[in-house]
Amino acid sequence: MKTENQKAWFFVLPVLLLVAFNALIPMMTVVNYSVQETFGDNVFFWQGLDWFQQILRSDRFHAALGRQFLFTFLILIIEVPLGIAIALSMPRKGFWVPVCLVLMALPMLIPWNVVGAMWNIFTLPDIGLLGYFLNHTLGINYDMTQDPIAAWVTIVTMDVWHWTSLVVLLSYAGLVSIPDAYYQAAKIDGASNWSVFRYIQLPKMKTVLTIAILLRFMDSFNIYTEPFVLTGGGPGNSTTLLSIDLVKIALGQFDLGPAAAMSLIYFAITLLVSWLFYTLMTKDDQN
Amino acid sequence: MQKRSIVPIVYILFLMLPIYWLVAMSFKTTNEILSGFSLFPQTFTLENYRVIFTDPSWYWGYINSILYVSINTVISVAVALPAAYAFSRYRFLGDKQLFFWLLTNRMAPAAVFALPFFQLYSAVGLFDTHLAVALAHCLFNIPLAVWILEGFMGGVPKELDETAYVDGYSFPRFFVSIFLPAIKAGVGVAAFFCFMFSWVELLLAKTLTAVEAKPIAATMTKTASSAGYELGLLAAAGTLTIIPGAIVIYFVRNYIAKGFAMGRV
Repeated sequence: MKTENQKAWFFVLPVLLLVAFNALIPMMTVVNYSVQETFGDNVFFWQGLDWFQQILRSDRFHAALGRQFLFTFLILIIEVPLGIAIALSMPRKGFWVPVCLVLMALPMLIPWNVVGAMWNIFTLPDIGLLGYFLNHTLGINYDMTQDPIAAWVTIVTMDVWHWTSLVVLLSYAGLVSIPDAYYQAAKIDGASNWSVFRYIQLPKMKTVLTIAILLRFMDSFNIYTEPFVLTGGGPGNSTTLLSIDLVKIALGQFDLGPAAAMSLIYFAITLLVSWLFYTLMTKDDQN
Repeated sequence: MQKRSIVPIVYILFLMLPIYWLVAMSFKTTNEILSGFSLFPQTFTLENYRVIFTDPSWYWGYINSILYVSINTVISVAVALPAAYAFSRYRFLGDKQLFFWLLTNRMAPAAVFALPFFQLYSAVGLFDTHLAVALAHCLFNIPLAVWILEGFMGGVPKELDETAYVDGYSFPRFFVSIFLPAIKAGVGVAAFFCFMFSWVELLLAKTLTAVEAKPIAATMTKTASSAGYELGLLAAAGTLTIIPGAIVIYFVRNYIAKGFAMGRV
């Protein structure tokens, strides 16, 4: 058992100071902006909660939030089952294991704007590998700068390409920790593949899957660079996710007040949903 | 067994296709790229790479990125080690709240912090230094490092600590010569993830730098817009950004899967 020791605070102090410096000061700046109006020259006027009301009522925010939830929903519904399926079919030992792991982790180590640029040149209709194949070999009319559906399919495919491996690596880690004896016992009992998965593999993967789902939720909900480089939010506003819209307001139009209010609402939503996921997925452990 | 391996093979092929296209393009001239579709480079050229390796504004981008990523990895792991030890061994006032608060910092979208970060680091005089980016990336890397290390340390029995004290080890000596070797896989995995997330992040790195510490990823966006659209050059620069990550992952390949299994939520 852990022992009670208040001196442990000294161990935590450096972390606390560094993270607080990076988190609290900028956060307070955002809070400051969110309740004030400025016309430049560092002159500020008290604005109260007006910006919050304005954002919460604006159609533009609702639309961006809707797109964001749709994107995150698609990402989770595709990447989590796909990642588990791939992890299940991977070899457990031998020469190919490290080869698979290194190749699979590769997309995650590419800078995010390079990922966007790479998918851009990959999908160009006449000179990109995928774009050429779809347009000229299969005869599908594909141009993501014109067609919102093509743009959506492309950003979702890009994210699946980029991040499914995280789910694979985590699920795989859960799988290799299952002792062989469990499988032998299941074989003696004549268990089907499905019941092996449902009663042995899935429970053993639960911890790592919780981490995977939480990380995938947070990161896909906060995604900015890749879709921005790939589609710039277009065509029209069809792929303007929440972060892209936020940066447009903050740095494009320099509306600091509304942008700050939107940041805080955004952060609150991320926090709330993460907490819900966390409580739901760890509920059984408490009992 | 043989039929099952189809799935990973198809998946890896899918992962490699865009990467192949990037690498293939980097060996083409911009003319060839724009003139039409070709599966393999017709006029194989190393010109794009020559430009990058001879032009300081290009290769300094790589040096800058590697510098701040390394500083960040060292800082993150160094401060996360004692903190993770405290979380895994002791109960103290507010420990659970503190742990959760640390994790919430991973949930803050970088877009939210871009402007305040610029103001903060300008105010303390660190703007456009490697240290500024390294410190800013601590925001999301320290919580992750604490999280991973705490999981590994939880797997080390407490008897190890007690035996060492009975044997007359002081705390620092015990920590460095006994405890650290016991969790070295964890340190590797934590360092790998800090490296990875600092290497791929661009928004904050770009916001906090102008000339002196400009990351390679920002150099790429600027060149792309000023010189028209030098696709071949862009592809070569992109290809080179994959290499550091590939080297790092090669070193931790055996720990990476094991690392997660010990993690806890």
